[in-house]
Amino acid sequence: MNKLFQEILATMGIYRSNEDKVYGVLAEFAHPGDLLRAARETHRAGYRKFDTHSPFPIHGMDRAMGLGQSKLGFIVFFGGTVVGFALGVWLQWWTGGVDYPLNISGKPFFALEPSVPIIFELTILLSALTAVAGMLALNGLPRPYNPLFYSRRFMRATDDGFFLHIAASDSRFDLEAVQAFLKGLGALHVEVIEDREEADVAPEPEPAPAA
Amino acid sequence: MARSNPAETALDAHSGDGYDASPPLVTGNLSFHDITDLVAYHAEKKTPVTWLMAFGLASTGAALLLIMLAYQVWNGVGVWGNNVPVGWGWPIVNFVFWVGIGHAGTLISAILYLFRQRWRTSINRAAEAMTLFAVMCALIFPTFHVGRVWAIYWTLPIPNQMEMWPQFKSPLLWDVFAVSSYFIVSLLFWYVGLIPDLATLRDRAALAGKTLRARVIGFFSLGWTGANRHWRNYEKAYLILAGLATPLVLSVHSVVSFDFAVSVIPGWHTTIFPPYFVAGAIFSGFAMVVTLLVVARKIYGLENLITLDHLEKMNIIILLTGTIVGFAYITEFFIAWYSGVEYEQYAFINRATGPYAWAYWTMMSCNLFFPQFFWVKKLRRSIPFMFLTSIVVNIGMWFERFVITITSLHRDFLPSSWDYYSPTWVDVLTLVGSFGLFFTLFLLFLRFVPMVAVAEVKGVLPEADPHYYDDHGDGHGAAESVAVRPSPSGS
Repeated sequence: MNKLFQEILATMGIYRSNEDKVYGVLAEFAHPGDLLRAARETHRAGYRKFDTHSPFPIHGMDRAMGLGQSKLGFIVFFGGTVVGFALGVWLQWWTGGVDYPLNISGKPFFALEPSVPIIFELTILLSALTAVAGMLALNGLPRPYNPLFYSRRFMRATDDGFFLHIAASDSRFDLEAVQAFLKGLGALHVEVIEDREEADVAPEPEPAPAA
Repeated sequence: MARSNPAETALDAHSGDGYDASPPLVTGNLSFHDITDLVAYHAEKKTPVTWLMAFGLASTGAALLLIMLAYQVWNGVGVWGNNVPVGWGWPIVNFVFWVGIGHAGTLISAILYLFRQRWRTSINRAAEAMTLFAVMCALIFPTFHVGRVWAIYWTLPIPNQMEMWPQFKSPLLWDVFAVSSYFIVSLLFWYVGLIPDLATLRDRAALAGKTLRARVIGFFSLGWTGANRHWRNYEKAYLILAGLATPLVLSVHSVVSFDFAVSVIPGWHTTIFPPYFVAGAIFSGFAMVVTLLVVARKIYGLENLITLDHLEKMNIIILLTGTIVGFAYITEFFIAWYSGVEYEQYAFINRATGPYAWAYWTMMSCNLFFPQFFWVKKLRRSIPFMFLTSIVVNIGMWFERFVITITSLHRDFLPSSWDYYSPTWVDVLTLVGSFGLFFTLFLLFLRFVPMVAVAEVKGVLPEADPHYYDDHGDGHGAAESVAVRPSPSGS
């Protein structure tokens, strides 16, 4: 049960650090082309708990990483669209036709035609709410604590840095082997991410220029 | 930091090695980091004095709005010019005006996204923000127009001690649902788009050692790390939201038009209203986007991101929708004549020649005549001209709603109740105040939020395509570091 839970968290990119408090190994690549190639090789080498980080989505990365289609479409359709539609019909039928029927110039208490706008709006509204909530749930967001935030270099993942991270919880993970593997892929820089479990996660200060 | 270079705007063939034959979406040869710097800088710098002055002026307007609304609540709706026979005066005119403005934002963010119009990435953030603020301004008017604003929650289906429910057969209630759904969905769409950019600001603050700033922005960026597992669901969510917002935006102004069209008032009871209102909304909204962006791109030095090509494309849409609207005006006239209904015919003849002819012809010239100058490419690409036209269009579209609302009501079936409607000073100051609120919110947006969607703009650069690097050596350990620029040889 716990294992299943860990697997679900891993699909969101939330991994467990190992007993040495190592969260994973982070490698930086020069550009999207290199990152895509590295991701393909990493997947081919049998690693599964890894992720790429880039300032923008990279075309073809899902395939390179061996990820399938996002499940969000199903969630939105069944959790939002169908529910919203049913809610719109039920709300207007029950309030106007059952609970509080009001005779307005002899019009029927409930009819489909005047109900269309509100059914439509509620369908859209519920679908949109489900899309956002579903996206956040599938991504495991919000996630204020992430050991990657200890890395100073990683701060550039939202600017112009292209990173690949292999998690320590991967079944094939071996610290030395992974570092060597990532260097072999042409990484500009490879670093080990430790899970320090500090309450206030912040990147390490800039190294002093003298050192 | 890279600055604009007007000469480069003219570059047509860039060195994308045949990736894209059209003019570049981003000019000035900016790297990923340049774009981050260019946009984020304005959300991080010290507050400029000019901003404070503009904000002071705008917030004075917003305060004026508050005072006027308080005055109206205290004294009742009688302080406005609304009276028999014109029960819907300026409040409804202003409501329709502001809702319409909002539509361009959704059109740019959702519809152009679905059509893969990648030029939208530079302008969608600001346009969506404009949507949100315009809809806020819009919602104020019907809310206070109900008279007893403290009972406005009666419009929502909340179980209550009176055991009553809202009347779902009323178009006014459809409006409540349409506009509030529109606001919520627009807000979600805008916020989802913002998450990666807020993460950019957060990481920049963290690198600069500004812990508090990083923490506050970090709260809103939800711990975004640009992970591909996240991008995957994120892009899907964004696509779904775009797909939902597209029919929504078309429905919102259709429902607004039902407020009029479902009634039996001559001049309102026409089936042309929904498409004609939607076209008008897009028309006025694009004009407002042009007004705002012409100023903002200049002040913020974003001419390389929001290029003249972007503005020209928007002007083409203004020309198109303006002509549709003008065509609708003429069609309305024709149908009134063709229907053979005396009241309908009188309503339209009265519009063009009656006591409100001045408003009708203002509308006609601003909306149909003026945008026609955009057939000329030179004028379409002239900043002063497009700025002037965008303001003229907005004036014209305000008058369109004035003409529709007032002229149809002031002379209906019963000549004994005919009257001439005039607004009061409270009406005028409330409208002025709503502009104050709009600009207050927009200035806050410009100050604290990245006004261009940084992640999306990076995504449309040729360098963002992983195959861009295929022709540039094997890419392994290239000394070109992170930002590989297109070689200048091809341009």
